[in-house]
Amino acid sequence: MNVGTWRMGRGTNTLAFVLAAPAVVVFGAFWLLPMARLAVFAAGGQLGWAAYLAVVTHPRYLESLISTVVLSAAVTAATLAIGGIAGVFLSRHRFPGHGLLVGMLTLPMAFPGVVVGFLVILLAGRQGLIGLLAQALGAGKLVFAYSMTGLFLGYLYFSIPRVLLTIMAAAEKLDPALEEAARSLGASPRQILQDVLIPGLKPALISAGALCFATSMGAFGTAFTLATRISVLPMTIYTEFTLFADMAIAAAMSLVLGAVTWLVLALARNATGAGVAAAA
Amino acid sequence: MTPRDPALAIRLEGCAKTFADGTKALAPLDLAIGAGETLAFLGPSGCGKTTLLRLIAGLDSPDPGGRVWFDDKEVTPLPIERRQVGMVFQSYALFPNMTVAENIAYGLKVRGEPRDRRRTRVAELLAMMRIEALAGRAIDQLSGGQRQRVALARAIAPRPRLLLFDEPLTALDAKLREALRLEIDGLLRKLGTTAVYVTHDQAEAMALGDRIVVMNHGRIAQIGTPHEIYHHPADRFVAEFVGLMNHVSGEIRDGWLHCPAGRIPLDRETAAGQGEVMFRPETVCLAGTGETHLKGTLAASFFLGDRTRLLVDGIGEQSIVVDVVGPVDLPLGTPVPLRIQSPAMAAKGST
Ligand SMILES: Nc1ncnc2c1ncn2[C@@H]1O[C@H](COP(=O)(O)OP(=O)(O)O)[C@@H](O)[C@H]1O
Ligand SMILES: [Mg+2]
Repeated sequence: MNVGTWRMGRGTNTLAFVLAAPAVVVFGAFWLLPMARLAVFAAGGQLGWAAYLAVVTHPRYLESLISTVVLSAAVTAATLAIGGIAGVFLSRHRFPGHGLLVGMLTLPMAFPGVVVGFLVILLAGRQGLIGLLAQALGAGKLVFAYSMTGLFLGYLYFSIPRVLLTIMAAAEKLDPALEEAARSLGASPRQILQDVLIPGLKPALISAGALCFATSMGAFGTAFTLATRISVLPMTIYTEFTLFADMAIAAAMSLVLGAVTWLVLALARNATGAGVAAAA
Repeated sequence: MTPRDPALAIRLEGCAKTFADGTKALAPLDLAIGAGETLAFLGPSGCGKTTLLRLIAGLDSPDPGGRVWFDDKEVTPLPIERRQVGMVFQSYALFPNMTVAENIAYGLKVRGEPRDRRRTRVAELLAMMRIEALAGRAIDQLSGGQRQRVALARAIAPRPRLLLFDEPLTALDAKLREALRLEIDGLLRKLGTTAVYVTHDQAEAMALGDRIVVMNHGRIAQIGTPHEIYHHPADRFVAEFVGLMNHVSGEIRDGWLHCPAGRIPLDRETAAGQGEVMFRPETVCLAGTGETHLKGTLAASFFLGDRTRLLVDGIGEQSIVVDVVGPVDLPLGTPVPLRIQSPAMAAKGST
């Protein structure tokens, strides 16, 4: 009996170790080492450790940082609203072509940022559909592909599918009786949204929002294709790196990008008080 | 205290339900529920109990032509929000983001009742359900029985005119089910509210229902008091579904059914000819020294505490089930003489 228990105990310990070892190796090799290297590298330039300070004080860098955060936050909010409503609707209603529609809506997930940028140009560029339509209606040429609006549109385009899928999965798990109970008690649609749906979907909204925000913060391809006037942080990093060959600043900016993303997610998580990890 | 509204009477006229995918869940049916009555819907899973309950609740609407009346008012087009009904679900459906007290107060809150009135009413219900100690708890800290008590309190709090239960005890274990069933029974008697109680458990339906609606394949098989349903089942389906029933076939003649194993007295004049009779296990006893009606051999015996259940072969196609009071000490294979204590029913439409 004793021997058996001892064996079992040792067995689980060994198993835990076997399972943990790859995780530790991966964490060390692909996170700890590169991050440490990057952190030190950033301090190796002309400015030394002040490179970090420069990133958050220099007007050009700061502006880039702020516009990236604002853009990402706006994209996240809009994506959650659109994806949330569409996700709940699609999980509640079955109709002919349901599967096909969901499949089509999730297609953009596979597109690289360059393709998304190209689509935005096709839509709102100099020869874009919207522009031509506006012109035909006598509203003048409408071109916004290369502005913040164009970027916003592009980011929205690749963010919605991910959020949609997460929300649909969560909405399907939500007990429909909850909503029916609220209705029987006399709750209005607005009260049901506020008291049943949003609280029930909160974990999904938070994790989907976190993923969406982090993806937007780091998105590069779309911004690169649109060659926008506003430079988002990943673009600024790229410019520093290739054009000015200021590797130290680029490295410092990368770390600041990571830190700011992490910070915003942590704040959002605290504000909503949920236990779901800001996974990204 | 506001004076209690007089209880609500409900009437359904030609209510059928066909779902979008073509499933015919209910055939057109009429049903009247008396004011203050507790009506139990009983039937196997998938027979349409929930669908019928949802039509009454206003969660679904009947196919065109069907109409639902609350007293003299037609409520067919009214959604559940405007019908003043309380619902209790099998899954409890408590709001996980609210405490016990907040759950109970929810119906009052959405109606805009002032805070102090809300608090008084919640305290009243916590006391009524004997869950005062749980007021501040989160839902995931409650056991199943406690959850269903809270759900009950939440449904009752806004003083609904109709209470609807959809298998509220199915998710609980047997002991708790019994206790809570008694509690619901006491509550319904005290409140006097009209109630509909859906269950697939015949014991629950018998104990709670003033009348029982037995359903089968989207149709009403029988409506009657528990006594009527048990002792005068309308058809074989009802007889089989409610309790255990023995079937023996043979030749009917002079008020008896004659079969190779003996003869069985009938409860009414029945035309002579081949036929089948039904009788409950508890209407049979070991004949002892008295008159013997049937002779069979003991195939099995189960001691159930308050009684012993015997399976007797050689009489019907299947073993006859006999419930006798107290222990029985007979070896298997012994011949057993049986007496039918109350006359058996001739089975209608026997197949
Ligand atoms: N929303 C729905 N869509 C299609 N079919 C349904 C739907 N709800 C129930 N049904 C079908 O209707 C029949 C009756 O269901 P239900 O009323 O839930 O039965 P019960 O409550 O007696 O178990 C079943 O065959 C069920 O599969
Ligand atoms: Mg059901």
